[in-house]
Amino acid sequence: MFRNQYDTDVTTWSPAGRLFQVEYAMEAVKQGSAAIGLRSKTHVVLGCVNKANSELSSHQKKIFEVDDHIGVAIAGLTADGRVLSRYMRNECINYSFTYESPLPVGRLVVQLADKAQVCTQRSWKRPYGVGLLVAGLDESGAHLYYNCPSGNYFEYQAFAIGSRSQAAKTYLERRFENFTDSSRDDLVKDAIMAIRETLQGETLKSSICTIAVVGAGEPFHVLDQGTVQQIIDTFETAAEQEDPATEPDAATGQEAAAEQGTAADHGGSTDEGAAPMDI
Amino acid sequence: MPKEQANWSPYDNNGGSCFAVAGADYCVIAADTRMSTGYNILTRDTQKSVNYKCVMASSGFQADVKALQKHLAARHLIYQHQHNKQMSCPAMAQLLSNTLYYKRFFPYYSFNVLGGLDNEGKGCVFTYDAVGSYEKVGYSSQGSGSTLIMPFLDNQLKSPSPLLLPARDAVTPLAEAEAIDLVKTVFASASERDIYTGDKLEIVVINADGIRREYMDLRKD
Repeated sequence: MFRNQYDTDVTTWSPAGRLFQVEYAMEAVKQGSAAIGLRSKTHVVLGCVNKANSELSSHQKKIFEVDDHIGVAIAGLTADGRVLSRYMRNECINYSFTYESPLPVGRLVVQLADKAQVCTQRSWKRPYGVGLLVAGLDESGAHLYYNCPSGNYFEYQAFAIGSRSQAAKTYLERRFENFTDSSRDDLVKDAIMAIRETLQGETLKSSICTIAVVGAGEPFHVLDQGTVQQIIDTFETAAEQEDPATEPDAATGQEAAAEQGTAADHGGSTDEGAAPMDI
Repeated sequence: MPKEQANWSPYDNNGGSCFAVAGADYCVIAADTRMSTGYNILTRDTQKSVNYKCVMASSGFQADVKALQKHLAARHLIYQHQHNKQMSCPAMAQLLSNTLYYKRFFPYYSFNVLGGLDNEGKGCVFTYDAVGSYEKVGYSSQGSGSTLIMPFLDNQLKSPSPLLLPARDAVTPLAEAEAIDLVKTVFASASERDIYTGDKLEIVVINADGIRREYMDLRKD
């Protein structure tokens, strides 16, 4: 690819009207280990695959509690994700202090997106190399947003980011229409199964995935390994007794984005021609 | 020319009493629920205590008390995010002291007692003045009724005297149920003579099983 001439600076446009540094940052998100999110009317579930550098080391923390009603899962440069989580926590605390009420999720993601945009328009900065799945509950219901390094954000019914996320997205696309009325436990089950899709054959164990839930009457928290393993065991045994699942419906081709539940914008496609953040 | 004096004060005293006592494996914190100004009652049902892993009860100017509680709540949340656990009682005690001294030259008009269990599960009580000077003690009371309550506690709690050498551990040898009975007696007596103390008593008990709250009616006059 001959992008190299215009990719030194984030403040340099290419003749095709693209900012390559921003696109490279989004590439970093795709290299991170998978994170998925899905929501119903009353609950949102986040899940991620735990990648450890070696057997000797611990795995990266990819799911952060931001407030009682908001949590975030990240993919990409986890250090950037940690810093942004700290920013989000601070914003929630300040808002609560001033208004004695929880920060609406939609407001937080806009602030996050504006913060990301700044890094795309300063010659002495670089874009954040992390994609964030923000899950939260507020007066207007349950929400799941995806924040890009480009400064764009979208609301989703279900989404997956990171490496091998396409497999999870395909799984979610098949089932997302049922999510709105799903029970909390079914939602968690679907999340675990979506994660299993990204593992592509590797055995699913609770030690390699992390699941977190937020919902009506349920503050954001990470499920403990024992609970997750129990859920895995229930459907692993069921699957052994069934015939192999039929192939999914005709694939949606190059469409990389998952479906929306509300009247929000479409996610960017990964076609080579169009700029990813151009909507 | 004599110095010009302000014709208003940023402070008010909303009255009330609060108190805490530490036992071998429990801590009892109590405060009345009356909020007054001058000779008038503003409400009979305010809450003067706030709890994390330990409980802070405050009397004085309730607006400053609320502001102080909000600051501590925010700092506590930050601590939990950074350390993945709640603040211990001694840690909260130091934070409260620093927060108060931060406003040394426009103080929080708030007289606090902090009660909880230390890292070994023994009861501990910390008592403060308005600018953050604090001390770990076996029991303490603050507020309008403290002058009536303290001498009674000195007599009845059977704690070792703070003047003894070598310094003795100040926790009371009383059992939890006896200590709670004493709290109720103490506040009932204080309500008799202190016009600012009364209405209802809120008692918070911390022990190995957790934190529980009880209420007791006091005189309403």
